[in-house]
Amino acid sequence: MSTEALSPAPLLHVSQLSKAFRGVQALHDYTLTLQPRTLLGVIGPNGAGKTTLFNLLTGVVSPDRGRILFNGQDITGASPDAIVRAGIARTFQNIRLFRRMSVLDNVKVALQSTQPFRLAEAVLRLPRFVAQEQALEERAKALLAMLELEPYAAMPADSLPYGLQRRLEIAMALATNPKLLLLDEPAAGMNPTEANALMHLIARLRDELKLTIILIEHNMRVVMGICERVQVLNYGEIIAEGTPEAIQNDTRVLRAYLGTVHSEPNHARA
Amino acid sequence: MNHRIGWLIAGLVLALAGASQFLLNDYYQRVLSVIAINIILAVSLNLTNGISGDFSLGHAAFMAIGAYTSAVLTLPVRMKAIVLPDLPVWLGQLEVPFVFALVLGALLAALIAALVGTPVLRLRGHYLSVATLGLMVIVQVVALNWQPVTRGARGINGLPPFTTPLWAYGAMLLTVGIIWRVVHSPLGRAMIAVREDELGAACRGVRVFRTRLAAFIIGAAFASIAGGLWAHLITAITPASFSFLLTFNVVAMVVIGGMGSISGSVAGAVLLTLLPELLRRVETSLALGGQPLYGLSQVVIALLMLGVMIFRPGGLFGREELPAVLARFQRRRSAQRQAPHPSPSS
Ligand SMILES: Nc1ncnc2c1ncn2[C@@H]1O[C@H](COP(=O)(O)OP(=O)(O)OP(=O)(O)O)[C@@H](O)[C@H]1O
Ligand SMILES: [Mg+2]
Repeated sequence: MSTEALSPAPLLHVSQLSKAFRGVQALHDYTLTLQPRTLLGVIGPNGAGKTTLFNLLTGVVSPDRGRILFNGQDITGASPDAIVRAGIARTFQNIRLFRRMSVLDNVKVALQSTQPFRLAEAVLRLPRFVAQEQALEERAKALLAMLELEPYAAMPADSLPYGLQRRLEIAMALATNPKLLLLDEPAAGMNPTEANALMHLIARLRDELKLTIILIEHNMRVVMGICERVQVLNYGEIIAEGTPEAIQNDTRVLRAYLGTVHSEPNHARA
Repeated sequence: MNHRIGWLIAGLVLALAGASQFLLNDYYQRVLSVIAINIILAVSLNLTNGISGDFSLGHAAFMAIGAYTSAVLTLPVRMKAIVLPDLPVWLGQLEVPFVFALVLGALLAALIAALVGTPVLRLRGHYLSVATLGLMVIVQVVALNWQPVTRGARGINGLPPFTTPLWAYGAMLLTVGIIWRVVHSPLGRAMIAVREDELGAACRGVRVFRTRLAAFIIGAAFASIAGGLWAHLITAITPASFSFLLTFNVVAMVVIGGMGSISGSVAGAVLLTLLPELLRRVETSLALGGQPLYGLSQVVIALLMLGVMIFRPGGLFGREELPAVLARFQRRRSAQRQAPHPSPSS
């Protein structure tokens, strides 16, 4: 029996995380302690450093400074695939699918990282390999069903409309069996009704799969309904943090958002 | 069902290859064997260049490793004393059956691919292509200067003519079967994912480097087997045999067939073996101003490749495999049959 502390250990602990690109301070002294099963919203205007935060957490870019502890393990500077296997999965703001592979195979690629692979078994098509592939297929289909993508299973990923591609991104992130899910503007390009439905789906996933989620949104209103906690970034700094109600009335937040254009960012970045 | 058809075709091919050894003369047997060897080369090169997306130009290097390994290992001891008197003693007294020589050559090529791939696969795109080309040059230089084992520029001749159509097609079927299964396994999916989006693959848990290295190593092993088969078909090898021209021809097979398609590589290999063979006859019979048109076949291959690049950049098969192409063809046919006949007035 373990005698854990009474208050649950944080799932994620980030301290003083900083990153500059050619003089632009994309993120500065970012700090976060995240308890399991919270849904944290991260909002902020264009170029505030939100995606950079995800890139740092997932090993896509390495930090100039700071430390990332996940599940008690120091993952600062680890490679993206190691971080995925440790239990952090993400979606991409500018959608990264294996475009010419089928929707089903896209999910399979993400799913298979959780199981062992032996080349000899695959080449000899041993019963164990065949059974494993069968199970993989079923799990992939179940995931597609969960995100209502099953009818598109055989289609090439890039033939899906944008909204469905974003859902496929979520399916692939879930396929890696994460503890922490990072969603980068999953509702971008959706109309308010679609965005609303997606937010409810996200809240439901959190409950059903016992996930911890960080949700980036450009638009303040969208996250307010489902997040219990919100951080606001501006020019790489956390300018406010708290409950959605507190955030909505924060003068610094209002000032940061004043005059910013709520248009879709169309520049392509990781 | 698909499985059974595969086995059926394999059995048929093997039976025909066996029969050809009784029915065809030496020349046609040789052409048949060369086709099989080229299929092995193209299908194995396609694993890196088409499936995992690393455009290697080093295939001739691994072929040379297989050819020399097999030559040195299978040459009868009596002949070694004459042809290769300076071999290390243990090698000089060794005479290995052909199969083992091929397998050992494949293992050696795999090992070298692993060693070379570790630094070279840090590179991407053109840099990687040039580095693999460098590998080919290095292997050639070694073959040229490692006199006691390779006899340098003179090369090794008088090799036992082991390679018959049955050997070549047996090895070819094994190669295509294994590579087909690799591609249609989690490893193959990972390779394609890496080709499509490397960072995207890494962020879904794919070990990108290991995946690319696996493609490189497996491709090298089969190239080596092709090299061994080729050595014992031609029965003479020199460092010059494994030149850029050879690499170019195999690359052309893969590109014309359709990068990423195993069926395409097979088709490309068959086409680019038979075409020059036919043209070679034209070369000698067609004389321009009294001069035979040597080199015509090479020019035609280059033009063919140019034409494919311009008019069908995906190659004959694109990225598709034969079953998918046939299914699509069948669907279209049955759709046409069901459609009402067009009115004669239009
Ligand atoms: N790889 C990179 N190279 C150079 N500069 C970068 C890179 N990634 C981000 N930046 C810069 O860092 C700053 C923060 O960018 P980031 O993408 O994190 O913003 P964001 O909050 O996600 O914005 P958006 O709402 O537009 O998605 C910007 O000034 C951006 O130009
Ligand atoms: Mg962003």
